[in-house]
Amino acid sequence: MTTTEPAPNPAEEAAEEERPIGFGRLLRKEDPRLIRGMGNFVDDIQLKGMLHLAILRSPMAHARIVSIDVSAAQAHPKVVAVITGADLAEQGLAWMPTLSNDTQAVLATDKVRFQHQEVAFVVAEDRYSARDALELIDVEYELLSPVINVRKALDPDAPIIRDDLEGKTDNHIFDWETGDEAATEAVFLNAEVVVSEEIIYPRVHPAPMETCGCVADVERVSGQLTLWCTSQAPHAHRTVYALVAGLPEHKIRVIAPDIGGGFGNKVPIYPGYVCAIVASLVIGKPVKWMEDRTENLVSTGFARDYVMKAQIAATKEGKILAVRSEVLADHGAFNGVAAPVKYPAGFFGVFTGSYDLQAAHAKMTAVYTNKAPGGVAYACSFRITEAVYMVERIVDCLAHELKMDPAELRLKNLIKPEQFPYTTKTGWVYDSGNYEPAMRMAMDMAGYEELRREQAEKRERGELMGIGVSFFTEAVGAGPRKDMDILGLGMADGCELRIHPTGKAVVRLSVKTQGQGHETTFAQIVAEEIGIPPEDIEVVQGDTDNTPFGLGTYGSRSTPVSGAAAALVTRKVRDKAQIIASGMLEVSVADLEWTKGSFAVKGDPSKSVTIQDIAMRAHGAGDLPEGLEGGLEAQICYNPENLTYPFGAYICVVDIDPGTAVVTVRRFIAVDDCGTQINPMIIEGQVHGGLADGIGMAMMQMIAFDEDGNCLAGSLMDYLIPTALETPDWETGHTVTPSPHHPFGAKGIGESATVGSPPAVVNAIVDALKPYGIRHADMPLTPSRVWETMQGNHTPPI
Amino acid sequence: MQVNMTVNGQEVSEEIEPRHLLVHFIRDQLGLTGTHWGCDTSNCGTCVVLIDGEPVKSCSTLAAMAGGHQITTVEGLEVDGELDPVQEGFMNCHGLQCGFCTPGMMLTARALLNKNPDPSEAVIREAISGQICRCTGYSTIVRSIHWAANKETKVSLGSAS
Ligand code: FES
Ligand code: FES
Repeated sequence: MTTTEPAPNPAEEAAEEERPIGFGRLLRKEDPRLIRGMGNFVDDIQLKGMLHLAILRSPMAHARIVSIDVSAAQAHPKVVAVITGADLAEQGLAWMPTLSNDTQAVLATDKVRFQHQEVAFVVAEDRYSARDALELIDVEYELLSPVINVRKALDPDAPIIRDDLEGKTDNHIFDWETGDEAATEAVFLNAEVVVSEEIIYPRVHPAPMETCGCVADVERVSGQLTLWCTSQAPHAHRTVYALVAGLPEHKIRVIAPDIGGGFGNKVPIYPGYVCAIVASLVIGKPVKWMEDRTENLVSTGFARDYVMKAQIAATKEGKILAVRSEVLADHGAFNGVAAPVKYPAGFFGVFTGSYDLQAAHAKMTAVYTNKAPGGVAYACSFRITEAVYMVERIVDCLAHELKMDPAELRLKNLIKPEQFPYTTKTGWVYDSGNYEPAMRMAMDMAGYEELRREQAEKRERGELMGIGVSFFTEAVGAGPRKDMDILGLGMADGCELRIHPTGKAVVRLSVKTQGQGHETTFAQIVAEEIGIPPEDIEVVQGDTDNTPFGLGTYGSRSTPVSGAAAALVTRKVRDKAQIIASGMLEVSVADLEWTKGSFAVKGDPSKSVTIQDIAMRAHGAGDLPEGLEGGLEAQICYNPENLTYPFGAYICVVDIDPGTAVVTVRRFIAVDDCGTQINPMIIEGQVHGGLADGIGMAMMQMIAFDEDGNCLAGSLMDYLIPTALETPDWETGHTVTPSPHHPFGAKGIGESATVGSPPAVVNAIVDALKPYGIRHADMPLTPSRVWETMQGNHTPPI
Repeated sequence: MQVNMTVNGQEVSEEIEPRHLLVHFIRDQLGLTGTHWGCDTSNCGTCVVLIDGEPVKSCSTLAAMAGGHQITTVEGLEVDGELDPVQEGFMNCHGLQCGFCTPGMMLTARALLNKNPDPSEAVIREAISGQICRCTGYSTIVRSIHWAANKETKVSLGSAS
C-alpha cells in the first residue's frame, strides 16, 4: 500500500506547535539546550588537571623514518610527555586493528604511508604549548616513491606500501564479485544496444562541523577508563579498545556526548583516541585530544574513491536487460573500511538500481595507495552512494544513445509494485516498493513537461539549461546477524524501557544521534506504542555504562534496527501492563482492548485503566495477578530479518552560464519514501541535508592529491562545501510504502538524499551540455571542469 | 597581558597571552562553550560572536583586540528567561540538527534583523553565506530567520497600536 501526498507547507505548519502522542510533527527535545549554547560537545569538557595532546604528522606520503629527536620538545617547560611510535611499540601498542581486520599504525614506527600520518605526540599543560612543542620535534625521513595513481597501484614495479604485512609483495587488498558473470555476458552478447562508460566517484570527505576528538581519563587506582569521544558507535568502540589494549571491558566507559555531525566520519577508531588513552594511562591525568580542521580532512575517514567501468545492455525500445561493472577501489594506506565483514565492498551489490533486470555482474579490486585510509563514510549507506551514482549515470548515458527522455526510460524499467518483495540479480531482497507514483509525483511537482519545453526554447537561443533525473533504491538497517557483523560483532541492537511508578518513562538506546534527533523520535516511538506523552519519556543514549549493547548509528540504521527495538520493547512492556490491567479490572486479558494510553473492558469503555494507573499498580502495594513480578520494564535485543529499502525520485534543474561555465542549481525536487514516518519535520530535515551534500559532491568537493601525495584539500578553503548561496530552496514530497517486516513499517532516511542527489545534479549538468555532444562528465563539476568539458577537454579527476 | 571587555553584559577582566584567539578565550577561559570552533581558515563561522553588534569570527580575532568592546555570545541571546525570537525560530522551523553551527548562525541572524527587520530570502542567504552548516541544507535556517522576523514585526506592530 502506498499513500502519496506533497509535503505540507512547513512555514504555515511551524506557526502552531503540535503535540502528538506518537508519530507526527513534534518540535525536538534536544533543541532547548542547543539553541542556548548549552550542548555538551567533547571539546566543551573540562576536567581538573586535564592535559592537552597534539599530534605530529608526516609531511611526506611515503618515507622511511630514519630518526626522531624529541629532546627539545621534552625540554619545553609546559610539556609533560613526548611519545613516539618506538615508545608505543615497547608496549605493543604501535599498531591497532581496523574495522575491516587490517592493521593501522597508531604512530608510525618503520615508515610513514600517507601524508599527515601520525608520527609522535606531545602532551602539555595547554593546547597552545602542545602545538608549540610539535615544532621542536626533529624527524629525519628517507623519501620513498609514493603510489598515488590508483591505476598504477598494481603495476609490477609499484613500490610496496604494506611491507609491514608478512609476505606482502604487491598493493592488492581484495578481489570481490557479485552476480552471475556468464549469464550477464550472454545477455550482453545478444543485446541490441550496449553502452559503456568509465564513471568516477572521486574521494570526498564528510567534514562534519565538529572535528573528531576525545577526553581520556584513566583512574590510577581502579584502572577505570572513561572516554568522552566523538563516536557514532560507543559500544563497538568499547569492545575494540578492550581487544586492542587488553583493558577489561567492564573497566571501560565510552561516552559520546553531543556530537556536531558525524556522517560516518565518527565511526572508525582513530589513532588520536588511542594516543589519548595511552597518555592518560601513562601520566595518570585526564588528556584531551581535539584535531584541527586540516587533521580532520587529511587523516580521518574519507569516502568513495571508486573508478567504475559501467556497461548497460538494452533493447532498441529501451528495455534495460543487464548492468555490469568493474571497479577499482582506492582504500588508502590501511584498509580501514567500516563495513560488515562479508561485504568488503559494502552494499555495492545494489548497483542493479530500481530496475527489473535479466542479469547483473560486478567485480572489484581494492588496492592500497599512499593516501589516508577510509572509504566508507559520508552518508554512503555502505557504498550505495557509488552504486546508485553509477547505475543512474549509465541509465542516462543509455537514454542519450537511444535519444529517449531519461524520465520515460526509467518509468519503462522500474520494478512493478506487484513484483515486491523483489529479489535482485545480485541477491538482495527489496522488501517493498511502489516506484512509479514517486516518479510521477516528482515529475508533477517539477512540471516536467513544461521544463522540457522551456529547455527546448532556451536551446534555440543558445542558453544552457539542464534537467536531471534520478531514481534510487537504498538498502539500510544493517543488519541480520546471520550474515552481517563488524569485527565479529553482530549488527543487532538492544533497547531497554522502564516505566516509573508515576507513569514517566526512560528508554535506553544502543544507537547515538549526531544531529538526527533521536531524543525526539525515539520518545515518539515509545509514545506511539504505549500512549505516554513524548515529554514524559527520557531518552538515554551514547553512554556504554547506561545503555544496552548495539552497534551504533550509521548506514541509516537507527530507525530500521534500533527503532524496531524500541517499538518491540514497548510492546513487551505493554503486554505486561495488560496482565496488570486485567487484575485491576477483574477481567481476563483477552477481554481488554487497547486504545493509545489505556486498557478498557471490551464492550464497556467506562471500565478502563490508564498506563499511568497501571505503572503505579506495578510498583505499588496492591496485589498483582498470580505469578507476576512487580515493576514495569523490559529489555530486548532486536535482530532485523532483512534490511529496509527506502527509495526516491529526484529532479534537478540547472542553468549554466555559457560564458563562465558557472552552474546554478535553480530547483531541486525530491520525493522520498521511507515507509511509515515518525516525525515528518525531522525527515524533511534529513532529506535537505543530504541534498546539499549532493550539490557539494557533484559540483565542489574533492579530496585531491598531487603526484607526490600531497593532499590538496586540507582546509575549507581548498575543500569547498556548499553554503546558503549554492543551494536552492528544496522542494520535497513523499509517498508512504511501509516496510512489511519492520514492526511499524518504517525504513531509514538519513542517507537517502546523499545517495540519490549526486546523479540528479550531474545528470542535469550533462543534460545542459547536450548541445556540445556531451554524454558524460565526472564530478566535481566545478566551473573550470565544466568549461573544459565545453571545450571538449574533459579529463577524469583521477 | 590583561584584557577587559564586556561579555553578555558582564565586565570581565582576565590575564591572557597576547596570541590567544578570542574563541579560545571565550570557550576555555570564560567557560562559555556555546561558541564553537570548526576550522583553521575562517571559513566555517561556527565561532561567530557579536562585537558591538557586528557578527565577527572569533577564531580570527585576538582576545586582545576585543578589549574594551561589547561581546555577545549565544549565551547572551536569552534575556531574563525570555528567548530571542531567533532562538524560537530555529526551534520552530527545525533550523538545527546537530546544533554545532547554530550559535553562529543565530548571532548572524540577530545582527541581520537588527539592521533589516524584513529581509528577503536572498538577503538572508547572503548574510549567512560565510557560515557552513553540514546538516540542514540551509532552507530551514532561512525559514527560521523569517519566522523570527515575522514575530518581531508582529510584536512591534502590536506595541505601536
Ligand atoms: S572556526 Fe571556522 S570560521 Fe571561525
Ligand atoms: S546543524 Fe549541524 S552543522 Fe548546522
